[in-house]
Amino acid sequence: MMILESLRRQPAHGYALVQHIQQRSNNLLQVEEGSLYPALQRLLKADLVKAKWGVSSTNRRVRTYQITAAGLRHLEQEISSFERMFEGVALVLNPERSPAN
Amino acid sequence: MNWLPDIFRRRKIYGDLAEEMRIHLEERTEQLIAEGMSRQEAQQAARRAFGNPTVIEERSREVWQLPFVESLGRDLKLVFRRLGKSPGFAATVILTLAIGIGANTAVFSVVNSVLFKPLPYPDAEQLVAVRLVAPGAAGLADFSSGLRLSSSMFFTFAEQNRTFQSFGVWNTGTANVTGIDQPHEVHTALISDGVLQALSVPPVLGRWLLPADQVPHGRKAVMLSYGYWQRRFGGDRSVVGRSIAIDAQPREIVGVMPKGFELVNADFDVIVPFAFDRNKQQLAGFGFQGIARLKPGIPIAQANADVKRMLPMWEGSWPSQGVPSHFYEKTWRITSAIRPLKQEVVGNVGNVLWVIMATIGVVMLIACTNVANLLLVRADGRQQELAVRAALGAGRGRIAWELLLESVVLGLMGGVLGIAIAYEGLRLLVAIGPASLPRLGEICLDGRSLGFTLVLSVLSGVLFGSIPVLRYAGRRMTTASRSAGRTASISRERQRSRDLLVVAQVAMAMVLLVSAMLMIRTFQALRTIDPGFAHAEHLQTMRISIPASLIADPELVTRTQNNIVDKLTAIPGVTSVGFADSMPMEGILANWNGVEIEGQKLGEDTPMRLFKYVAPEFFHTLGTRMVAGRELTWTDIYGRRPVVIISESLAREWWGSPSAALGKRLRDYSPPWFEVVGVVEDVHVNGVREKAPGIVYWPSMAPGILGPNTFDAVRGAAFAVRSDRAGTEAFVNEIQQAVWSVNASLPVAAVRTMQEIYSQSLARTSFTLVMLGIAGTMAFILGIIGIYGVISYAVSQRTREIGIRLALGEQQARLRWMFVRSGLVLTGIGVAVGVVAATGLMRLLKSLLFGVSPLDPFTYVSVPVVLAVSAMLASYLPARRAASVDPVEALRAE
Repeated sequence: MMILESLRRQPAHGYALVQHIQQRSNNLLQVEEGSLYPALQRLLKADLVKAKWGVSSTNRRVRTYQITAAGLRHLEQEISSFERMFEGVALVLNPERSPAN
Repeated sequence: MNWLPDIFRRRKIYGDLAEEMRIHLEERTEQLIAEGMSRQEAQQAARRAFGNPTVIEERSREVWQLPFVESLGRDLKLVFRRLGKSPGFAATVILTLAIGIGANTAVFSVVNSVLFKPLPYPDAEQLVAVRLVAPGAAGLADFSSGLRLSSSMFFTFAEQNRTFQSFGVWNTGTANVTGIDQPHEVHTALISDGVLQALSVPPVLGRWLLPADQVPHGRKAVMLSYGYWQRRFGGDRSVVGRSIAIDAQPREIVGVMPKGFELVNADFDVIVPFAFDRNKQQLAGFGFQGIARLKPGIPIAQANADVKRMLPMWEGSWPSQGVPSHFYEKTWRITSAIRPLKQEVVGNVGNVLWVIMATIGVVMLIACTNVANLLLVRADGRQQELAVRAALGAGRGRIAWELLLESVVLGLMGGVLGIAIAYEGLRLLVAIGPASLPRLGEICLDGRSLGFTLVLSVLSGVLFGSIPVLRYAGRRMTTASRSAGRTASISRERQRSRDLLVVAQVAMAMVLLVSAMLMIRTFQALRTIDPGFAHAEHLQTMRISIPASLIADPELVTRTQNNIVDKLTAIPGVTSVGFADSMPMEGILANWNGVEIEGQKLGEDTPMRLFKYVAPEFFHTLGTRMVAGRELTWTDIYGRRPVVIISESLAREWWGSPSAALGKRLRDYSPPWFEVVGVVEDVHVNGVREKAPGIVYWPSMAPGILGPNTFDAVRGAAFAVRSDRAGTEAFVNEIQQAVWSVNASLPVAAVRTMQEIYSQSLARTSFTLVMLGIAGTMAFILGIIGIYGVISYAVSQRTREIGIRLALGEQQARLRWMFVRSGLVLTGIGVAVGVVAATGLMRLLKSLLFGVSPLDPFTYVSVPVVLAVSAMLASYLPARRAASVDPVEALRAE
């Protein structure tokens, strides 16, 4: 989801993506950089992103990932369901704010 | 599922992935260098942040894989590599399984094609055989097929029924065809209207016989079978509209039925319409088979009720020819006995097939136990490897899976080879096909048989594979590895499972051998029965029919037949010639009628008697003994003397003794009285299995053959020629020439020796015998191999112990006996179990046995003795090897 969100903002290659996610999360999310790749392959397989070789801003041959239309739709769904879940979790954690109570 | 193209794209995907990850690391490294790290530090830091590249690459790749399939592929590769390393083991196992599976597939294909598959007609489940039973017609009860229909019933049933879509009657016969090349005899299917409509198989060419073709004295039409069309007309499509002469009656060919079409169970060359004349119908004449297609959803019970409703109508609507009113209803108690057409076609062959299927199944079980034994030995050899692997953390499931996979692979390989064996076996079976096996032409390997093979292969793989799995994968591997280092002596526990398998094998072999032996005894019993004729191999038989359209005058027919007899007698090497309306055991529908004895009133319960027509010298030619009196002479025949010959059992029944019968008089319903001039021994006309019935032999030319007040001669005659040259081609040619020298338009048909007819009548028994014999032999060999294997393995495992024993002064003879004894003990237990099982199972075989009890003492003594002796031999060979072990060598080998 995070990858898709990042890619929605702009197409990027692997390294740039890692940088982007780490920066955006204020280094809160410290994961192995490599674990990005299995995730990217899954997205590729599901046709949520597409990739092509190109040259980066640092003049390096890189493989740039771009979100597809299907990827966009999927992201929307994910976000909304994540938000609902988050809402639910929040309600459970703060019962006094729940309107039903 | 787009994984297929994925497999081909994978190489590129993996390449891209590796490249991408390398660039990632590089970029990170360079950035870190830019931040002031040394190259080495930077590289290390980059790796740390990235994680294990190999693992990540693998996990990324897995996205594109089907994990189960890939790991299965890996395991399979291992299995094949292991099997390749022991080709002898693999070949033995695969061959054993292939034979077992092949035999099972072949027999299953037969069972499937004959018993399971619907008949080859559209909506075949709606088709029924319309038949009757007449419990009150004594003598007729001998008809295994019940009572056939009369032609008047056809009219009543076809017009009055409420449950049939279509209904018709049919019959088979033979006819002479002239006008195309040589005159020849063909098999005819005679049908009424409604038969083709019921079967609803469209013609491949032209049209069906229509109601218009069934009008008496109307146009004459005929249809051809596919085979006859191909044979005689080379498949010429312009044949429709041409004319052929059938029994000298020109008929227009209107259509050809498709390949493989059979009229119920009759293979025919031409279909001829009956064209019944409504005005000449009477009640009697029960010679037709009925067939109907039920209306959709009508159960057989309802159809039976419908026919029962129509029977009184029938009896009331047609002339009775002097039979008392309600005779058929009250005295014969005719009632409906409709059954599915399939049952009519298949008959009671199911019995035999199921016995064979069960037998072959047991052989398969024995083969599986043998293979399981081999696998146990092999797993023993791998015990250390398995223990090490278990110690290294391989789960039980994992090891069990591997062992099982190996056996399933073996099973499947055996299955593939088995299909090839089954295919060849079926071709052989169809080629030698016993004529008594119905639907022979339909037998083939179809999807269901292949499915059966697949299931059988996997199941057998799991079955024999699970035994070593249970023995090894379930065990605590630590203890196994401890004891496996030194094969001090064989562990009792391990030996026991092998012993158990051998006992099971011997028991199963015992059951099969007993059944094979009982069949052999049955065959022996049948062979000792005097069939009522002698030296069948020197009797040449053939059929020669003289249709009324060729020679109308009965006397002229008899003269022609007499001429043929004379010409045949003149052939060198011929000692005598005779003819009758049929040969014994030919399976031609017998004639039955009530017979009235002078001085006794013809009661309503007078039994029906079998009757035949014979010419002079017939009994002499066949080798049938005259018990009293004499045979008929040509003077009797031409003089139209009312004389008759009866069989011995009839003479005893009526007058107490054969000699007392001479001079007595009898007749069928109409005059004149016939005087008994001879009594012959009983002939087993329905095969040696059946009791020889009493028979009245009328002269071949006599009054009343075609009904009251008629005078005719037998036109379809079966000739018998006794000669040492019988069966040779030259002899058959001479016979043909001799017949044609009398009349060139007479075909000679069904040329065969009496021996062939006799063997044919035993076909089902001999077929069962051969199948059981093969199965029994296979079981026997497998069982003996099993014993040999177990004993010789025990010897090899105990070499050390043997060495010690010998060193301590044990006698060689005693050592040998020790091993032979253990083999005998196993056999003994196996035989005991087998005897118990056999006594139970042989009851099922009872219907196939003849003249021998299912508990035949000879069988139950001889088979165990043979088994024990063979087992002794099988265990003696390895035992001798054991005794010749050099103690020094044996101990040093450790």
